[in-house]
Amino acid sequence: MDPYLLRKLNAERTARRAVIHLTDLGDGRDRVIREGDPVAGPLGEAIASALRSGKSGVVEAEDRKFFLNVHLPPARIVVIGAVHISQALAQMAKVAGFDITIIDPRTAFATEERFAGIDLVADWPEDVLKARPLDAYTALVAVTHDPKIDDFPLSQALATGCFYVGALGSRKTHAKRVERLTALGHGEAAIARISAPIGLDIGAASPAEIAVAILADIVAHLRRRPLLGAGP
Amino acid sequence: MNATANDMLDPLTIAERWMDDGRMVALATVVETWGSAPRPVGSHLVIDGEGNFHGSVSGGCVEGAVIGEAMEVISEGEPRMLEFGVADETAWRVGLSCGGRIRVYVERIG
Repeated sequence: MDPYLLRKLNAERTARRAVIHLTDLGDGRDRVIREGDPVAGPLGEAIASALRSGKSGVVEAEDRKFFLNVHLPPARIVVIGAVHISQALAQMAKVAGFDITIIDPRTAFATEERFAGIDLVADWPEDVLKARPLDAYTALVAVTHDPKIDDFPLSQALATGCFYVGALGSRKTHAKRVERLTALGHGEAAIARISAPIGLDIGAASPAEIAVAILADIVAHLRRRPLLGAGP
Repeated sequence: MNATANDMLDPLTIAERWMDDGRMVALATVVETWGSAPRPVGSHLVIDGEGNFHGSVSGGCVEGAVIGEAMEVISEGEPRMLEFGVADETAWRVGLSCGGRIRVYVERIG
């Protein structure tokens, strides 16, 4: 392995970008391929498929054997709102293998007691997201109902291409939200990416059931996400 | 949000740090598995010229053999493909007790 490639691979991983370390098992030559880099032919198809599934493995293409080691950033969930749903979602997300962060500037909600052992930040999303930016491997879940708190992170989630963007609220609440996000300059297609009402439609009633619906919706979006650079 | 504790144990991060320290480094990677293998495809073991190592390619069953091969790869420079399994003739010494089979690619960095 080329030392320069190891540095490049680690830099991409640290920056939370999806990459593949490709090794020709015949001659040992290798390269690092970023998601969105154009690779033609059957090898390109294998690369696209590996990026989607996250599965590493050996592929045969062009009469050669390649090893594709896929490095996807670990998926994480950022929840805006330390509410009852978030308490249930935080527990379930951990079981499902997601990192989760809860952000809520309202200190009455964001208490250690309500979220023991959970990464909880009692501050405004504007401030928190500056240090911890959203990205394509992050799901943004906005559940405060309060435009003062929810709107900025929702707007950021659309701008940074979060793989999932969900917002709690009735259709009426959401219609007003659409107007505000439009005023912020987001197009119709971007705004349509927001899951609202939030979560899969499973008739969820209790906060814990709504958390199940949200988590299932997040998994569906993660596993079926379109690739960067793959067009609309 | 970056898991600093995890970075400390991440074989590729350690490989880069060792390289920067001027140590000779080899990287072993699980490239194929059959049956019940203890570590998934893509798992790394990083080894230096003195036989220090981090990470894993199995549950500890074959690391000793991989480290020995890696030290030879470091001195010779040519990558190697190793295979371990219960059917292997070396199984008695370094077989996988789980009954699986793995193929490990060992290469020198630099």
